[in-house]
Amino acid sequence: MKKENYSDLGETIKSDDSDFQFASEVKKRSGTDFNMCYHCWCCTGGCPFSHAMDYTPNGIIRLVQFGLKRKALESSTIWLCVGCNTCSTVCPMRIDMSAIMDTMRQMALEEGISVAEPDILNFHKEVLHSIEHYGRTHKLEIMLRYKIRKRDWFSDMDVGLKMLAKRKLDLMPSKVNDIGEIRKFFTDVKHKT
Amino acid sequence: MDNHKNSLTDISYFPGCSLATSAKENNLSLLNLCRRLGFNPVELDDWNCCGSSSAHSIRSELADDLAARNLFLAPAGRPLLVACPSCMLRLRHMYIHLRDDEAARGYYEDKWNRSFDPNLNILHFFELLPEANLPNLAKDREHSLNGIRFVPYYGCMLARPPVMSREKNYYGLMEKILSSLGAEPLLWGYASRCCGTFLSVARPDVVRPMVNNIALGAKETGADCIVTACAMCHLNLEIRCDLREPVPIFHFSELLSLALGEDDHKGWFSRHIVDPEPLLRSKGLI
Repeated sequence: MKKENYSDLGETIKSDDSDFQFASEVKKRSGTDFNMCYHCWCCTGGCPFSHAMDYTPNGIIRLVQFGLKRKALESSTIWLCVGCNTCSTVCPMRIDMSAIMDTMRQMALEEGISVAEPDILNFHKEVLHSIEHYGRTHKLEIMLRYKIRKRDWFSDMDVGLKMLAKRKLDLMPSKVNDIGEIRKFFTDVKHKT
Repeated sequence: MDNHKNSLTDISYFPGCSLATSAKENNLSLLNLCRRLGFNPVELDDWNCCGSSSAHSIRSELADDLAARNLFLAPAGRPLLVACPSCMLRLRHMYIHLRDDEAARGYYEDKWNRSFDPNLNILHFFELLPEANLPNLAKDREHSLNGIRFVPYYGCMLARPPVMSREKNYYGLMEKILSSLGAEPLLWGYASRCCGTFLSVARPDVVRPMVNNIALGAKETGADCIVTACAMCHLNLEIRCDLREPVPIFHFSELLSLALGEDDHKGWFSRHIVDPEPLLRSKGLI
């Protein structure tokens, strides 16, 4: 899944599987006009994670511009982006990259596209599970449930024990009283503008 | 003492999940600091998680709901103090959205039958500091931090989405305030390098070298310690650094409180994974 170098470098651009609705959909949902991007690579230069991504951040924009939906949504880049906004801060065109990545992640999930970084998705799911149950994040339970999902018991055991010893992992969750209000957020179908 | 308490100004306080649990030392030292500055932080009643990175990553509408609920819980006429840069970003981003988008505002007003306060002042704790004249409050002015050499670590707190790019910028504040209290700030290249946030859990292989580079960068300058204003950064820098001699990491609020002479620091420093006490003792600070 991961490649040695950015996999878009030197690659022939094939646009036969183009989906021309894709670009306008990403634009609409993210509220971001990525056609302003002229590929100066500032975002990629600033991105602390670009070395671990299969496409560079601006490479993802290029895939969207060319309508290469599947490639974009199957990329590891959209999952490795943590939304630190370093890219948007250095972007001369003030493109909201984090909003584009949020949109694409959600489109990938809606379309059932295979997720390049399932562990990252599982982590997000566990965080939301915790919020749904307590209204706040309960780190110990998030970690344990994440480990169970991954069937990985031993990695980070040392970190977990250190955190317990330093009282950084509370055994009991901190909770919202009106948890019903929080749970409704998870079940309601919204019709907002 | 009672007179002192009565003269404190009430402000609403949103601690966020990290300060409420894994970074209690940040919370305790920050609450101390607020009281010294003349504020009484009143915890926002029944606050919920701001949504963190996960909600906006995979469910944008949920992220909106979670942030909005907190904003609608805030009592009118009082600023809302936020300690965590990440919560701050989520809450402030939603505040701007609700202030500028009538339909979104209306949706929540109908839902909760409460009105949105367009004048809600969401404050990062940094904003309490410039007017506070900390050196006057410190017990021993110039010598309070006794020349401790630090590199300021802002992580991604200075980076914001374009819609917020004209908001207040705090760059340089930690250097300015701590040097006024006798610490020595050093220049380095990693002040606003992201700590890796949640990738620390799912992709520690990616985060470990990033964190080690940050720690090495600090060592190269000859700094005694790294100072950060974000609880998430603090945790990642501590748990993901696997250098043989890790660098102590302080919460900004801890050094501030220490400089102002707070002495209940036992409960703060004992929660650090990288023990900062030998350094503090060698500088005569504890």
